[in-house]
Amino acid sequence: MDLNTLIQMLDATVRLATPLLLACLAGLYSERAGIFDIGLEGKMLAAAFVAAAIASVTGQVYLGLLAGIGASLLLSAIHGVASITFRGNQLISGVAINFLAAGLSVVIAQSWFRQGGRTPQLSGEGRFRSITLPFAESLSGVPVLGPIYAELISGHSILVYVAFLTVPLTWWLLFRTRFGLRLRAVGENPAAVDTAGVSVIGLRFAAVGICGILCGLAGAYLATGLQTSFTKDMTSGRGYIALAALIFAKWRPWHALYACLLFGFLQVIPLRPDLITNTLGLRLNGQLLEALPYILTVVILAGFVGKAIPPRAGGTPYVKER
Amino acid sequence: MSDPAIELKGISKAFGAVQANKDISIRVMPGTIHGIIGENGAGKSTLMSILYGFYKADKGEIFVGGKKTVIPDSQAAIAAGIGMVFQHFKLVENFTVLENVVLGAEDSAMLKPSLTRARRELKALAAEYELNVDPDAVVEDIGVGMQQRVEILKALYRGADILILDEPTGVLTPAEADHLFRILDGLKREGKTIILITHKLREIMDITDTVSVMRRGEMTATVKTSETSPAELAELMVGRKVLLRIEKSAPALGEVILDVKDLNVTDDKGVHRLKNVSFQVRAGEILGIAGVAGNGQSELLEVLGGYEKATGTITLRGQTIDLTGGKSDGQSRRRRGIAHVPEDRQREGLIMDYHAWENVAFGYHHDARYRKGLLMDNAAIKADTAGKMKRFDVRPPDPNLAAKNFSGGNQQKIVLAREIERNPDLLLVGQPTRGVDIGAIEFIHEQIVALRDQGKAILLVSVELEEILALSDRVAVMFDGQIMGERLPGETDEKELGLLMAGMTDVPTDKPVHEAVEEQLAHAGTGDKRGS
Repeated sequence: MDLNTLIQMLDATVRLATPLLLACLAGLYSERAGIFDIGLEGKMLAAAFVAAAIASVTGQVYLGLLAGIGASLLLSAIHGVASITFRGNQLISGVAINFLAAGLSVVIAQSWFRQGGRTPQLSGEGRFRSITLPFAESLSGVPVLGPIYAELISGHSILVYVAFLTVPLTWWLLFRTRFGLRLRAVGENPAAVDTAGVSVIGLRFAAVGICGILCGLAGAYLATGLQTSFTKDMTSGRGYIALAALIFAKWRPWHALYACLLFGFLQVIPLRPDLITNTLGLRLNGQLLEALPYILTVVILAGFVGKAIPPRAGGTPYVKER
Repeated sequence: MSDPAIELKGISKAFGAVQANKDISIRVMPGTIHGIIGENGAGKSTLMSILYGFYKADKGEIFVGGKKTVIPDSQAAIAAGIGMVFQHFKLVENFTVLENVVLGAEDSAMLKPSLTRARRELKALAAEYELNVDPDAVVEDIGVGMQQRVEILKALYRGADILILDEPTGVLTPAEADHLFRILDGLKREGKTIILITHKLREIMDITDTVSVMRRGEMTATVKTSETSPAELAELMVGRKVLLRIEKSAPALGEVILDVKDLNVTDDKGVHRLKNVSFQVRAGEILGIAGVAGNGQSELLEVLGGYEKATGTITLRGQTIDLTGGKSDGQSRRRRGIAHVPEDRQREGLIMDYHAWENVAFGYHHDARYRKGLLMDNAAIKADTAGKMKRFDVRPPDPNLAAKNFSGGNQQKIVLAREIERNPDLLLVGQPTRGVDIGAIEFIHEQIVALRDQGKAILLVSVELEEILALSDRVAVMFDGQIMGERLPGETDEKELGLLMAGMTDVPTDKPVHEAVEEQLAHAGTGDKRGS
């Protein structure tokens, strides 16, 4: 495998890891605050559809992005009201959101655009375009570092950079600010937060809200950055893979980045089956390769990566004890 | 005379049909330690939770320092200078001490300045009040006594002038409790006001200036501690005279029923929980196992009860009991004549959402009396439950009530009735009176002694030293998974047992006992696995 092929593969890894990373960080905020969110998938899907639809109607991708975030936030609000205000079961609420998004997106897309549940292809201002970083072209001649800068680092859409910058931002927010301390505390022992005179409900809604925004970014990126339209079930389990990555990362931001890059890379491999054949000297079934990320998800969820201890108050609604 | 630090006027609070507080008025003078004593469920904790803004009173007024104050939430209580140390600590276990202290009382949006200031203030507080805690220690790694100090520090850091402590000594060793009382004394000297909630008469007599007694949601009396006596307080608490000592005859020892040799348990984290534990229990004898919670007593009960694997040998009436394999479960143990009243009745002894009659059948549901062909004979179980409830004075005597709707004492009586009426050869009893009110304690103790007098062997595990000394015919002390020694209750005292509980076999001569005990505990502090 030469340097160029490697850079190409890593470049694709970055693109495919981006929606996973955004969703994974979304889950991180929510779960660190003690609200399990299995509805990442549904929120991404809803955001993908609304972003693509609005971008196609208005021709403005940023309007699409805002609308996508809005859709995701709306579902977050439903999850929040169900599981925080009414202390419902967080898993059931999440599953309901996934069903709702999967069904509604296709039905509305069909009755709106009449293209078999898709949205029209986006072009021009209707989609996110890649950004060429300064000096990318002039430096591309430099051996090794040049192509890495020009191909791998430069040339992604703005959302990719946003996603990667969200990692240090999240770390800083969680571990260096008052908000982060309280957020982590409310996921571990909400009673401690309550008796310290801080609102448990307020903190949890804030976390669920951040989760909604990040899922909105993830969904919008799928339909208007990575692809150029919304298609049925286009998230294809990314919300669940993000959850697996979150467990793999043990709810830590930097580790979430590494886990998502790994899953992204596994999604790239089936796109280049020739490379496997050439480097390993054996032909692998293409479908097997495509199944790799899902197989790894199962392995991780089965607990083969060591003990992952979730936030201790995760999944349980807060009730003041008698 | 100055204004009272706290004055409550006509506070009432109901939870559904239960009237937890009825028209309560109380005055707490500044710079004093004011005790509030009462049985479990008398409404002490509810009253204090109202004062701390955790619950909202239905009626009544609160005055702080003479000024009428509305306390809708904990934030308002903190602002009024009230701090609370709850019975179950409200700490984030995987945070450091410093982070716990700062949580909710941060100076700014950024953490660093707050942490720096808190570190400085903790140092000052530690020097002033003997509140030494390592600010960088993670809370789950430090002992219970230390965690309690963190709670006190939290309150002081928030500028509390009035400190409420809810059953603070329930989880402490005698030495740790003494240390706590020295801290409270120091706080009082600095002019702080302390409200101490407890059901232990001795603590009230030792440390308080004034004491208020609560019974069934009402305040029955407020007296100067120096002008009252434990007997009078006990009477005020339960509304009748109670025996604080247990009347029992000398034991009529029979054959060896339980013989335990070289029992070893290693948990899934590789920690050695039981180390070569050996002892015997004879027919007609109560062997009491004393020790600070988390020193292997729970594991011992679990092994004997059939839900923890172990190595070693256990014989019952000379016959070997399986420690592994298909015949080592609780079912088989019960069939062999070992009955078990587990330490945590709400998790292991009962299913809280199930009816009393269903709980009475658990563990014995295969019994022919409870069966009608392939089905359970619910009518028979209910009839049997009604009889048990009558004999064990369970209130209310309603088999169709869910276990969670009984008070702690009555829940325990249900478990006790189920196990004792099986006529076992050996009864395992863990913490029989934890969270049980005085009236029920007396009854439960009588039942245990009665079973002994029938010639049964009884293994009693309790962290209450008074209970161990009152009930046992022989006392073994556990520390760090080992039996440190055996004593006869008539030939020992709390001080000697306290030292054994801290892992010391000799009385130190070079320093005060409490210091030596604390040093020892600090070294061994990781053995505790207190539930939340």
